[in-house]
Amino acid sequence: MSANLVLVAVVGVLFAAGVYLLLERSLTRVLIGVILIGNGVNTLFLVASGPAGRAPIVGLSDVDDMSDPLPQALVLTAIVITLGVTAFLLAMAYRAWQLNGHDDVQDDVEDAAIRRRAERDEVSSSYDDSAGGTMDEEGSDEAAETAGERR
Amino acid sequence: MMLALIAAHFVAAALAPALVTWLGRRALLLLAVVPAAGFAWAAAMTGELRDGGSVEQRVRWVGSLGLELSFRLTTLTWVMTLLVTGVGALVLAYCAAYFRRDDAGLPRFAGLLTAFAAAMLGLVLADDLLVLYVFWELTTVLSYLLIGHNPERKANRRAALQALMVTTFGGLAMLVGVIVIGQAAGTYRISDVLANPPGGDAVTVAVVLVLVGAVSKSALMPFHFWLPGAMAAPTPVSAYLHAAAMVKAGVYLVALFAPAFAGLLPWRPLLLTLGVLTMLLGGLRALRQTDLKLLLAYGTVSQLGFLIVLVGAGTRAAALGGVAMLVAHALFKATLFLVVGLVDRAAGTRDLRELSGLGRRLPLLMWTSILAAASMAAIPPLAGFVAKETAYAAAVDIAETGDGTGIGAFAGWALVAGLAVGSALTAAYSIRFVWGAFAVKSGVPPIESRDCRFPTAGFSATPVLLSFGGLALGFLGPVETELLAPYAELFPAGAHEPELALWHGVNLALLLSVASVLAGIALFRWRDRVDRAEAALAPPADAETAYRAMMRGVDRLAVEVTGATQRGSLPSYLAVIFLVIVAVPGGVLVAGQLWADGPGVRAWDSIGQAIVGAIMIAAAVLAARSRRRLKAVVLAGGTGYGMAMLFILHGAPDLALTQVLVETVTLVIFVLVLRRLPTYFSDRPLTKSRWWRIGLGVAVGLVMSGLALAASGARTADPVSEGFAEPAVSYGGGYNIVNVTLVDIRAWDTMGEISVLVVAATGVASLIFLITGRTGRHRPDDAIASAPASSERRPHRNLWLRAGRTVAPEGRSILFEVVTRLAFHIVIVFSIYLLFVGHNSPGGGFAGGLVAGLALMVRYLAGGRHELDEAAPVDAGLVLGIGLFIATGSGLAPLAFGGDVLQSAIVDLSLPLLGEVHFVTSLFFDVGVYLVVIGLMLDVLRSLGGGVDEQAGDDDDADAGESIETAEGVR
Repeated sequence: MSANLVLVAVVGVLFAAGVYLLLERSLTRVLIGVILIGNGVNTLFLVASGPAGRAPIVGLSDVDDMSDPLPQALVLTAIVITLGVTAFLLAMAYRAWQLNGHDDVQDDVEDAAIRRRAERDEVSSSYDDSAGGTMDEEGSDEAAETAGERR
Repeated sequence: MMLALIAAHFVAAALAPALVTWLGRRALLLLAVVPAAGFAWAAAMTGELRDGGSVEQRVRWVGSLGLELSFRLTTLTWVMTLLVTGVGALVLAYCAAYFRRDDAGLPRFAGLLTAFAAAMLGLVLADDLLVLYVFWELTTVLSYLLIGHNPERKANRRAALQALMVTTFGGLAMLVGVIVIGQAAGTYRISDVLANPPGGDAVTVAVVLVLVGAVSKSALMPFHFWLPGAMAAPTPVSAYLHAAAMVKAGVYLVALFAPAFAGLLPWRPLLLTLGVLTMLLGGLRALRQTDLKLLLAYGTVSQLGFLIVLVGAGTRAAALGGVAMLVAHALFKATLFLVVGLVDRAAGTRDLRELSGLGRRLPLLMWTSILAAASMAAIPPLAGFVAKETAYAAAVDIAETGDGTGIGAFAGWALVAGLAVGSALTAAYSIRFVWGAFAVKSGVPPIESRDCRFPTAGFSATPVLLSFGGLALGFLGPVETELLAPYAELFPAGAHEPELALWHGVNLALLLSVASVLAGIALFRWRDRVDRAEAALAPPADAETAYRAMMRGVDRLAVEVTGATQRGSLPSYLAVIFLVIVAVPGGVLVAGQLWADGPGVRAWDSIGQAIVGAIMIAAAVLAARSRRRLKAVVLAGGTGYGMAMLFILHGAPDLALTQVLVETVTLVIFVLVLRRLPTYFSDRPLTKSRWWRIGLGVAVGLVMSGLALAASGARTADPVSEGFAEPAVSYGGGYNIVNVTLVDIRAWDTMGEISVLVVAATGVASLIFLITGRTGRHRPDDAIASAPASSERRPHRNLWLRAGRTVAPEGRSILFEVVTRLAFHIVIVFSIYLLFVGHNSPGGGFAGGLVAGLALMVRYLAGGRHELDEAAPVDAGLVLGIGLFIATGSGLAPLAFGGDVLQSAIVDLSLPLLGEVHFVTSLFFDVGVYLVVIGLMLDVLRSLGGGVDEQAGDDDDADAGESIETAEGVR
C-alpha cells in the first residue's frame, strides 16, 4: 500500500506544533497543543486507512470503491472525545486563572519540598524518629503533657 | 464442622460492635460462648484422635487455582485448638469485667478480638498452605489493630506499626517459602506435603524462609523487640495474643513442619541457636523490668525461645516436652497477664516500685499468681515442672547420644547448659514477679484497703481457673503422654521413650531442675548486684536500634528516589515521555525494520488534498507561534476545519459532519472562556528551553511522519472492514457502515466513549460550580421576572425570547433574537432527523446531539443563561444519566431475549396509518448516545457559559462595591 505524502507531511507538522505547545506552561497553549495532536492522530488514521474512496454507505457507492469504514468509526469516537477533553481542560484553565490570576501550570510545591529534603539529606515529613512517649492502653499524650505541666 | 466453627467466629465478630452497643460490656460474655463451643467440639473429638486418627473437611474454593478450604484436626492442631478456643473464651469473659463501662473503644475492640479468635482458629485448623497463610496475615493485621487500641498515644502507634512491620516482613518471606514448597510438592495440602516432603536446594531455602516467618511471629531474636512493644495493647489482649495464642503460631508452624523438615541442614542450627539465645536474652531483660507487664513480656520472649528449641529439635522426647510446655506456658502465662490486669485495676498501677503489700489485700490473687509463677519456675507438682523435666531429659539425650539429630557432644552440652541457665533466669523473674506484685517492700507505702478497688468474684475467676488447670495438669502426666503420643510418634524413637510424669527417679534432669531453681533464688537474692552487672554489660546497640536505622534508611532512600525522579514539573514529565517516543519507536524506524520493503509513495489523492494540507500546515505553525490567545485558538480551529475538508476528500462524510460540528462548538466555548482570560499569553523570555522544545517537537513530528509511512508500508493483510458491508445490512440493518460499526459492530467502544463523555461533562461542571450549584431545578421564571427591564417597553410586547431582557441592552440584538426564535425548533427537529437517518445516511447520535447542542448554544448566546434554562429546564446530569441508562439498557436488553450484550434486532412492523416501519433496535443505543452528547453540551454551556457569566457578574459587583468603599474612604 502506498503512502500519501501530503497527509504524512500534515501529520508531522501537526505533531511538531502540538508537542511544542504541549511543553509550554500556559494551559491554554497546552490545550491547543492537545487539539493539534488530536488532529494529527486523526490524519494518521487517514494515512493508514488506505486510499481515498467513496462514502461507505451501501447502495450509494460500490463496495470496492468505498473508503475503509472501520478507521472512520474510530476517528469519529476520537473527535467527540477530543471535544470532551477540550471542554474539561478549558474549565481547568479557567479555574486556574480564577484562583491564581494566570493559567500557567506551576511546579508542584510538594515535589519541590521533597527535593529540598533530598538535598539536605533529611527524612520524609511523615517519618517519626522520636522515641519519646509512654505506652499505655489508656490516656493520651496531650493529657499526659498537661498533667506534667501542672506538676 | 470446622468451617462452620470458624464462620461462626467471624459472624460473631461482625455482630460484636452492635451487640456491645446494645448490651454494654456484658455482650462479651455472650461472645465468649462461640469460642467455648469450639472448645467443647475439640474436647468431644478427643476420642477420634486418640489412636492417631484425624478429622478432615474440604470445601472447594477457587477451583481454577486448585485452592480449597481444607481443614484438618490432628493431635497437634487439637492441642492448639483447645488452647486458642479455651483461653479465647476465658479472656473474652474476663474482658466483660476488665473494661470500664464507658469505654468508647469497646465495640470496635470486641469485634477485633472475636475476629482474631476466628483467624487464630482458622490458622491452626488449616490444612492448606495458602489458607494457612491467609489466616496468618489476618492475625498480623488484627494484632496491629489491637495493639493500637488506644491510638492517642504516639508510643502506642509506633509499637503497633513496629509489630506490623516485623511480622509482615516475616509473613512475606513465609509466603515465598510456602509457594516454593507448594510448587515443589505439587500440592498445597499440608498433610500431603508432610507425608511426602519435597527435597532439593530450593526447598531448603524455602523452609528457611518459612522459618523466618515463624521466628518473626514468635518474637525470636533478632525480631524479639516487637513483642514488648505489643504491651501497648489492653492487658487481656496481651494475655491472649502475646502469650497464649498468636505468638504461638510460630511455634506451631515449627512443630507442624518439624517431622518433615527437621533433618534439613539449616533447621537445627538455626532454631536451636536462636532459641537458646532468645531464652537467655529474654530472661536477662525480664529481670530488669519494673513494669509487671513488660516483665511478663520479656519472660514470654524467653519462653518462646525455649519452646522453639524443644519443638525444633526434632526428637520424639523433645517434641513431647515441647507440646507439654506449650500447654503449660499458655496456662501460666495467660494467668499471670490476667493477674496483672487485675492488679492494675485494683491498685491503679503496674509498677512494682509502687506496689507494696497488695498480697495482704488480695490473698486469693496472690496465691493464684504463686501457683502460676511456680509452674513457670518449674516447681513440682505443676505442669511447668513436668514439661521441663521431659525437656531436660530430651536435651540430655541429645548431648549424650545425639538422639538421631547428628548434634555433637559439645554442642549438645552447650544446649543443656543454655537451657539450664535460661531456666535459672526464668525462676528468678518468676520470683521477681510475685515479689513485685504482692510483697511488702521497705520504703514503699503499702496499699491500704481504702485505696484498693477489690475485684468482683467473676473478674478473678478466670485466672484462678487457668492456674488450677496448670496444677491439675501436673498430676495428669500419664494421660497427657497418651493423648500427645500420636504427635510424638511422628518422630523416630529416641534413646529413651519419653513420658510426662512428676517423678522419674533421681537423674540428671531432676538435678538440673533443682540446680536451676536454686540458681534462680540466688539470682533474685542478689538482684542488686545482678542488676549492676547487667547494666555494665548492656550492649550499646540492640535489634530495635537496628530496626529503626533500617526504617530510617528506607525512608531516606524513598526521599532520594522521589526527589531525583519526581521533579514536579509537567513539561519535564512530558519531555521524558516524548524523548522515549523519539528514542524507542524512532530508533526502530531508523533501524529500518518496519519498511524493509520500502513503501510505495504517492504525492496526493487529489489536488484538493494538497491545498488543504498546505493550509493546515500553515495554520498549525502560526498557531504555535501566536502570542494572542484568540488568534491561536482560531488558527487551531483552522486545522480542524481543514480536517473536515480532508475527511470529505477521503470519502468520510460522517467524519466531516461531526468534525465541523465539533470544531464550531469548540470555537464557541473557547470564546466563552477566553473573554475572561488575558488577551496575551504570559510573557516567556526567549530562552534556551524554547529551542529545546522546538527541537523535541520537530523530532516527534519526524518520528510520527516516519510512523505514518511505516504504517502504510507495513499493511499487508486485507482490512478487516472489507467484510463489514454485507453484515452491516443483513445483521445491522443499516446502510451507513460507519454508523452500524458505532452502534452495533463495535458498540463496546462507543459504550466506553460515552462513559468518558459523562465523566468529562461532570468534571467541567464540578470545576466551575465546585460542589454546589449544578443540581437543582432550572426554572428561569423568577430570575426573568426579577431582572431589571432593559428597556422602557412593556415586557409582553415584541418578546421574542423571554429571557432577552435579562441581557444588558448593549449586548442585545433583536435580529439575533428573532432568528433564534424562528430557527431553534427547526434545528432541533433537524437534529432528531439526523439521529434517525444515521443508520442509513450520514448522521447518527453524535452528529444529532451536537446539532441539538448548537441549537441550545444559539439560545444561550442570544438570550443569556436564563434563556438556556428556558430552553432546557432540566439538569444536565439528568440528561447524561438518562442517556447512559438508555444506552446501557438497550445493550443489556438482548440478554433478556437470550441474545448477547449489545446485539441488535431488525423489526419490521406494518402499522395502521404509518404503513411499513423498518426499525433496528440499535437505534435505542444511538438515542442514548444522542442524549449523552446533549448532556455534555448542556453542562459545558451552563458551566463555561452561564457559570462564568455569573462569576463575572459577581466579580463586577465586588469591584463596584470596592470602588464605592474607596470613594467613601476618600470622602
